[in-house]
Amino acid sequence: MESVLGRYRNLTILVGILFLQVLGLAIQVKRSSENESSRLIRVWAVNAVTPFEKGIVWVQHSSGSLWHNYFYLRGVRQENRDLRQQIQQMEIDRVRLSEDANQARRLQALLGFKEQFIAKTVAAQVIGSSGSEQSRSVYIDKGTNSGLKPDMAVITGDGVVGKILRVFQSTSQVLLVNDQTSGVGAILEKSRLQGILRGTPAGEIVLEKVMSDQPVQPGDKVLTSGGDQIFPKGLPVGTVTKISTGSELFLNIHVKPAADLNRLEEVLVITQQEEREPVASETTAPLRAADILAERLPKVPPKPVVDPGKPSPATGTATPGAKPATGPSTQPQAAKPVGGNPAKVVNTSAPKHNPAVTPASENTSKPATQQQTSSHAANDAAASPPSTTAAPQPEPPANQPPALQDTPH
Amino acid sequence: MPITYTSREQVEVYRFNTAAAILIPLIAVFLQAFIPLRLHFFSIFDLPLLVVIFFSLARRSQISGMLTGAAVGLLQDSLTHQPIGIYGIAMTVVGHGASSLGVKLDVENAGSRFLVTLFFYVVHEVIYFAVARGLVGLTLQWSWTHELGSALANAIIAVPLFALLDKFKQRA
Repeated sequence: MESVLGRYRNLTILVGILFLQVLGLAIQVKRSSENESSRLIRVWAVNAVTPFEKGIVWVQHSSGSLWHNYFYLRGVRQENRDLRQQIQQMEIDRVRLSEDANQARRLQALLGFKEQFIAKTVAAQVIGSSGSEQSRSVYIDKGTNSGLKPDMAVITGDGVVGKILRVFQSTSQVLLVNDQTSGVGAILEKSRLQGILRGTPAGEIVLEKVMSDQPVQPGDKVLTSGGDQIFPKGLPVGTVTKISTGSELFLNIHVKPAADLNRLEEVLVITQQEEREPVASETTAPLRAADILAERLPKVPPKPVVDPGKPSPATGTATPGAKPATGPSTQPQAAKPVGGNPAKVVNTSAPKHNPAVTPASENTSKPATQQQTSSHAANDAAASPPSTTAAPQPEPPANQPPALQDTPH
Repeated sequence: MPITYTSREQVEVYRFNTAAAILIPLIAVFLQAFIPLRLHFFSIFDLPLLVVIFFSLARRSQISGMLTGAAVGLLQDSLTHQPIGIYGIAMTVVGHGASSLGVKLDVENAGSRFLVTLFFYVVHEVIYFAVARGLVGLTLQWSWTHELGSALANAIIAVPLFALLDKFKQRA
């Protein structure tokens, strides 16, 4: 016997090692709590590899920040201007949408719906992957130290990424939505058909459990349905690219993910979700586009209190309690309408050729939303009582901002 | 100098210092996990497998090859979300096979290295798929085109990589 074992020593060792590994696999497959049975090995492996990854990502990020924040600033001014204009445009859009949202809340409150809100998120950086084509998962640089837990949703600004699978002290493993073991409750935006989003072995995403007689078109947007209790409802998942007939009366709907899962750098982990019933009216006085525009215009400071005993500000001595007029302020001024009547503000704050007005508000080729908002404001003005409509005022001097001060009538 | 004699020729046995023996597989696993995030096409390569083949061929010891394969495979398994042991089993067999082949063949020239890598890549994939499907129950798609393409890519990259790793070899 000994001579046989000695002769086939290498083969015996090979069989022994393979047997041990097969046994280990069998135990892991059989146990439902697979995470715990192999946790120690995973912790060692992750601790051996992720520090290098963190270090390289840190160096890469730092050098990139140094270059982009301190040296390569070409075009930043122009970009800044463009972004300011964009913000103004978005503010106007926001006001319009908030009115729609208020209306939706009122309706939801009537129907007793509950809304899900993303209450808290943690930003994390992707530091590594599983290194295997058969396991589509990535590692992020936040773990239990940052309050992460398994089954938390991971998203980017573009859409859903996946969910937290395992959490270590300072890293976490995220299972991507295109892995074949993942599943996300999804809904088609237009037709409101619900299905289950699954990854395929090839790394694609397929929407399952949609009946073949349902109308689905390529290009339809897919959102989270919230039914999986992991992802909040309404997050973008992707777009339908291809539809084919699957097995058992169901469609095989291929979806292109909204988030670029092959180029993930930074992600958000949803650490807290809130569910609450919508309030019919959250703001006492709804903010309107006209108010936003008015807030952005410069304001004439209040008249200084003239003290006959003291020299005037023109002599160079400031009057206590009064600020000298130093031209248009860059800060948003409190030019809110008094008594909830913005019509007056609209009329007074609409100088056609005022250089102090930002270009966005002068742009005549506005998008439809802005034009609608402007016409909305005009309608409001027309609907206001005559007593509160401001009388035509003289044009302000060219070097002075327009008079936006609210005077009580 | 220990020399393994075969029927045709004598082949030299190499060893590696401890730092290289630990760090090279670790770096391979690290690069395999890190680079595909930036360069997605890199996932077609399997650096840990190439390192196992190289160590096994150079050491020409079956036990050493098996243990290296098992250790690197289990490390690779630990980074995935699947049960630990699938890569481990495949790499153990590859380590054993490569070291057995290294005893019998001259694997110092580029041509034989290319062919050996091509062969063992396919062996590795076959074992991986068999274990993953048969034992773990994973649904995997086998595509000969993809597998042969990957095998070719790995064999091509193995030639310069092995030449680079030759610098760490020490005669036993």
